[in-house]
Amino acid sequence: MNSSLSKEKIMLLKEKASEARKLIIETVHHAGAGHIGGPMSATDILTNLYFHEMNIDPDDPKSEERDRFVLSKGHSAIGLYAVLALRGYLPVEELQTFDSLNSRLQAHPDMNTLPGLDMSTGSLGQGISAAVGIALGAKLQGKRYRTFCMIGDGESQEGQVWEAADIASKYELDNLVGILDYNKLQQFGWCGEEKSRKSPIHDPKERWESFGWHVIEIDGHNQEEIEKAFNEAREVKTKPVMIIANTVKGKGVSFMENQYLWHSRIPTDAELKQAKKELEMGAL
Amino acid sequence: MKSVVPQKNVSMRDVFGDTLLKFSLESSRVYAIDGDLANSTKLDTVANGNPKKFLQMGIAEQNMMSVAAGLATTGLQPWACTFAAFLSKRAIDQIQVQIAQPKLDVKMIGAYSGLLTGVTGKTHQALEDIAIFRALANMVVLAPADAIEMKQMMEFAHKYEGPVYIRIARDPYPVIVDGKYQFEFGKAATLKDGKDVTIISTGTQTCRSLAAAEQLDTEGISVAVVHMPTIKPLDTAAIIKAAKSTGVIVTAEEHSIYGGLGSAVAEVLVEECPVPMLRVGVRDVNSESANNDDLLEKYGLSEGHIVRTVKEALKKKQK
Repeated sequence: MNSSLSKEKIMLLKEKASEARKLIIETVHHAGAGHIGGPMSATDILTNLYFHEMNIDPDDPKSEERDRFVLSKGHSAIGLYAVLALRGYLPVEELQTFDSLNSRLQAHPDMNTLPGLDMSTGSLGQGISAAVGIALGAKLQGKRYRTFCMIGDGESQEGQVWEAADIASKYELDNLVGILDYNKLQQFGWCGEEKSRKSPIHDPKERWESFGWHVIEIDGHNQEEIEKAFNEAREVKTKPVMIIANTVKGKGVSFMENQYLWHSRIPTDAELKQAKKELEMGAL
Repeated sequence: MKSVVPQKNVSMRDVFGDTLLKFSLESSRVYAIDGDLANSTKLDTVANGNPKKFLQMGIAEQNMMSVAAGLATTGLQPWACTFAAFLSKRAIDQIQVQIAQPKLDVKMIGAYSGLLTGVTGKTHQALEDIAIFRALANMVVLAPADAIEMKQMMEFAHKYEGPVYIRIARDPYPVIVDGKYQFEFGKAATLKDGKDVTIISTGTQTCRSLAAAEQLDTEGISVAVVHMPTIKPLDTAAIIKAAKSTGVIVTAEEHSIYGGLGSAVAEVLVEECPVPMLRVGVRDVNSESANNDDLLEKYGLSEGHIVRTVKEALKKKQK
């Protein structure tokens, strides 16, 4: 499957992703709370979904025909909020309210507060099951919309993920696209703790395939590869699709990349300045 | 002894299966969600009668409840049913985060609730489900006294938009409400008047409470029986009224004494109208597998236990 992205579109997606990363770091710095590593590994995929792949309309966030997105790794909420803000679902300034009292931007996505969120998540392993329910609901009602769901590799340690995998396969949910944000780290690392296990989940490709899913493995920071994977996913019949997106935790900022402590560390003023500088340079 | 309790026994689970089949045929929104217990819970009535509306999620309760939440966001009304023990303990985080917090229109049927679960023992008994579900914001908690009330509750739940938990019994029970009875959401029902003491009961213990009250009447003790089909939101006015009218309360439920109806009633009494009260329920012990009568006797839920507890409570009143 080829990429149909124009050079201009790729430039736009890269710019938006870079802006989103800056917003993530600024917001977490401002709030003094939140996550950085996971949202930054997910940013390029989220940007592609909301600026290219998904059939959505920020002015009509509850449209019945819209594509759905579930952020199963709910602690990466700020990454989703940054992209939603850039896409026009909420004012960018509202990100300043993140994690504060009465904010629509809760630490983990709350579908009842912010239009544009298709499911409440936060307790790991649950979002993928809800996405199965949404995709199944579409099939049962003959609806054409598609459901996308991003899970984490740390999250994949939850047994519920594999319960969901089985049922999606059983009901042949080819309208469901999972994306594994495969950044190989979790809150307290994992990598290096045990030599035989380099990532939170052992051989996800073999695992998802053995559950009957169509698996596509890509570089989750390469917009052309992301685009190609989504195009391929659209053509798959009778199977759900899992895109294993190889990513870098903390992507875009040298001192955050692949450092598990940046899972939820708060940047100092100096670190914020340095991070923004790097992101601006990287976007050129 | 002549009992006020009619002897016609009907199973709540049979009525559940029949009623859900009817809903599934009438409403495009209604789906039955099973965790591989359909032939026990009678969800198989839908599987056999309207297979398109039956979804088999396998032995995976956590996924089952999250899938139900996802289905509800697409406009469907899933009715998920499994044993109350698994619903209330294996899948409670999923129920809280994805059903109760977002207030999604999912109906949860806790089958085989309480102590009498068909000789399956403590792993399959549910003596904490009221306590657990009652603690969740947005959750409605119901426990029918008999099959007729179960049908009426389901009709309510079908129309109500939001999460509802109904705990039902495995075995057939006498039909105790008369033809004029109508379940009212959030309202207690006085099934028997009395002036000395009030038994406030829920679910299957209402039947035994009525029988106990009848026996106590013959001994000259006038016992009111207030049935509490809605455990949450609780009819606090009815509790206060009973406390004022008889001055002493006994609660009865097929549940642990911790966190269930007895606790809920005690909370109201302490805050609004303190009077002596005692609870009939399973004490702080794990149960076992045995026949129903033996279990009721050993774990303190039998008619005789209710009679004795009422007498103990009256002593407190006289102090």
